[in-house]
Amino acid sequence: MNLLNINNLHASIGEEKILNGLSLKINPGETHAIMGPNGSGKSTLSYILSGKQDYNILNGSVTLKKKNLLDLNADERSRLGLFLAFQYPVELPGVTGMTFLRTIINSSRLSKGLPELDGIELVKLVKEKAANLNIPQEMLKRFVNVGFSGGEKKRFEILQMSLLEPSIAVLDETDSGLDVDALKIVGNGVNHFKNQDRGFLVITHYQRLLDYIIPDFVHIMVNGKIYESGGPDLAKQVEKEGYKRFIEDA
Amino acid sequence: MPIQEETIDKVNLATSKYKYGFTTNLAIDKAPKGLNEDIIKLISSKKEEPEWMLKWRLEAFEKWKRMKEPNWAKVNYPKIDFQDIYYYAAPKNTEKIKSLDEVDPELLKTYEKLGIPLKEQEVLAGVAVDAVFDSVSVVTTFRKKLAEKGVIFCPISEAIKDYPDLVKKYIGSVVPQHDNYFATLNCSVFTDGSFVYIPKGVKCPMELSTYFRINEKNTGQFERTLIIADEGSYVSYLEGCTAPQRDENQLHAAVVELVAHKNSEIKYSTVQNWYPGDKNGKGGIYNFVTKRGACLGDSSKISWTQVETGSAITWKYPSCVLHGDNSVGEFYSVAITNNMQQADTGTKMIHLGANTSSTIISKGISAGKSQNTYRGKVLMQPGASNARNFTQCDSLLIGDQCGAHTIPYITSKNPSSNIEHEATTSKISEDQLFYCLSRGLSEEEAVSLIVNGFCKEVMKELPMEFSVEAQKLIGISLEGSVG
Repeated sequence: MNLLNINNLHASIGEEKILNGLSLKINPGETHAIMGPNGSGKSTLSYILSGKQDYNILNGSVTLKKKNLLDLNADERSRLGLFLAFQYPVELPGVTGMTFLRTIINSSRLSKGLPELDGIELVKLVKEKAANLNIPQEMLKRFVNVGFSGGEKKRFEILQMSLLEPSIAVLDETDSGLDVDALKIVGNGVNHFKNQDRGFLVITHYQRLLDYIIPDFVHIMVNGKIYESGGPDLAKQVEKEGYKRFIEDA
Repeated sequence: MPIQEETIDKVNLATSKYKYGFTTNLAIDKAPKGLNEDIIKLISSKKEEPEWMLKWRLEAFEKWKRMKEPNWAKVNYPKIDFQDIYYYAAPKNTEKIKSLDEVDPELLKTYEKLGIPLKEQEVLAGVAVDAVFDSVSVVTTFRKKLAEKGVIFCPISEAIKDYPDLVKKYIGSVVPQHDNYFATLNCSVFTDGSFVYIPKGVKCPMELSTYFRINEKNTGQFERTLIIADEGSYVSYLEGCTAPQRDENQLHAAVVELVAHKNSEIKYSTVQNWYPGDKNGKGGIYNFVTKRGACLGDSSKISWTQVETGSAITWKYPSCVLHGDNSVGEFYSVAITNNMQQADTGTKMIHLGANTSSTIISKGISAGKSQNTYRGKVLMQPGASNARNFTQCDSLLIGDQCGAHTIPYITSKNPSSNIEHEATTSKISEDQLFYCLSRGLSEEEAVSLIVNGFCKEVMKELPMEFSVEAQKLIGISLEGSVG
């Protein structure tokens, strides 16, 4: 059974067409990488999947666990099991990291019919997951993403992912703004989280993230559709030759 | 409820003039509409007040007749006909409901969201509580504990009779009879309110809350509260309730006076959630309140914390007059307006003594088509050498049809004083909402989270038991404000 099924998706923002018949299937346990040059529509895909309002869906369908994703609001998609790690996480002044995590965890638990966690249980859970990502407790006392370094932002995204336990996680340019050490930590955090039920869609411009998060499939996206698919080798080929060949062919 | 019969009996006894207006028919429970000396005499005699109190009320009435309704606030409302208002009404005798099953489910939903315990819900919804709630025993224990410390906490109508010297000395000493139109009106017609006296050196052993005051029902319209903290004492007072309060009286004009003597501290916290009217601005309470505290003694402190979410019109400026050297005034405010609500609220910090300091933190949140104004005055008098003020006014806009306004009045007559004023205006961005939604929060949860973050500095000033409910209240009052 497909976990996520994107079929012939066409979308635009205003007059500009961004997705041109994109299709992709992800099964449980699989990690897919989408690579592509700037402006190929990679980030748009991640926003459309997670339910951002600014886009017009012209054609096609997206299902997650057989439910029509495009009919759902962003929060409903999250509760269904979709997670987006943002390329540019948003600042929430006045809202501390811990308050934010407590709110999203308990909201998610309530939607699953589970009781809310009390303060002590919550801190314990967060502490455990945060340790895997080298996130010190002090960081969670700061306001969400306010004054965070690039690495801190991305680690905080992965922390949220590991706490919400989604069925499918979309990582949008998670490597941007990371040095090698941070890349390693984030990569390990993601690998730690992989299992046979979960799917990953890793969106990246560069191959280097894929040294840490090994994909099962690599797709090259150009002009809003998948141009070529292959294994990890395809990413290495792009790294060597660039996107030139694909752009010209397309 | 015995209280209703008792009140009606009292009124019957009190005046021969209206005697025949009050029959045994419980449906008739109001003195005639309008304001005149007879009505004031009725109120006074109903309360069995001493002569001096009646005289004081009548003096105020004479002054009021010569005063004009103020119109400087940034609020619009139809002209109030003061002769078309009931100034005295016995507690309502409407059919008592017997259980929560009979209560409007919408109201219950709100209570549930606020996390109010079932028994309290019954009280709030007006279920005949004597059968289900042993409030009497709670109140008794509570009063006993206070009495041990010599703390006086009672309805002001009782204090007028039982502690006339204290009341006489302090009533009108902070907010004078002729202070302003609405305060003067209150002087002549106030029906009840709280009286608190904390003796020298006593730290009040518990938070005092209007919730525990007997005779609370139906005193909301013209409340009058007087709190006196004697030398070296401390008291924290909580007013109001996070649950929505329905009231048929559209005009509310309360007066609160605080007196802080040397080295004493008064912390006054309010959560105001009166009926704001419907989405189109129909109905709703007009809330014209005068609240002022005098830091009379050296090193005294008065701290106001308010969370204002209700009322169609809010006109309210809890203030501090800093007489004593080294005295401290604080004002922490969250004012939320949604739909057609209008709030013009802020504070006045009047520095008289040397080394006095004041802090103002105001957070205004406007949504819908509402208008939210911060109006604040900081005045450094010549004697206020080395006085300091810090003011921070932040406005948050939700949507594009509301307004936020900041109107500071700053005057310094003293070259050694130091005044700082910071102000910001921001909007909840689409990106912030989307970020929260993508984590599974509903729009309502997201707005509540962001707004509570915005109000954090004020919310942390609220006493614990208030704070949790108030946080939820913020979310509820902004329901439907996005999208």
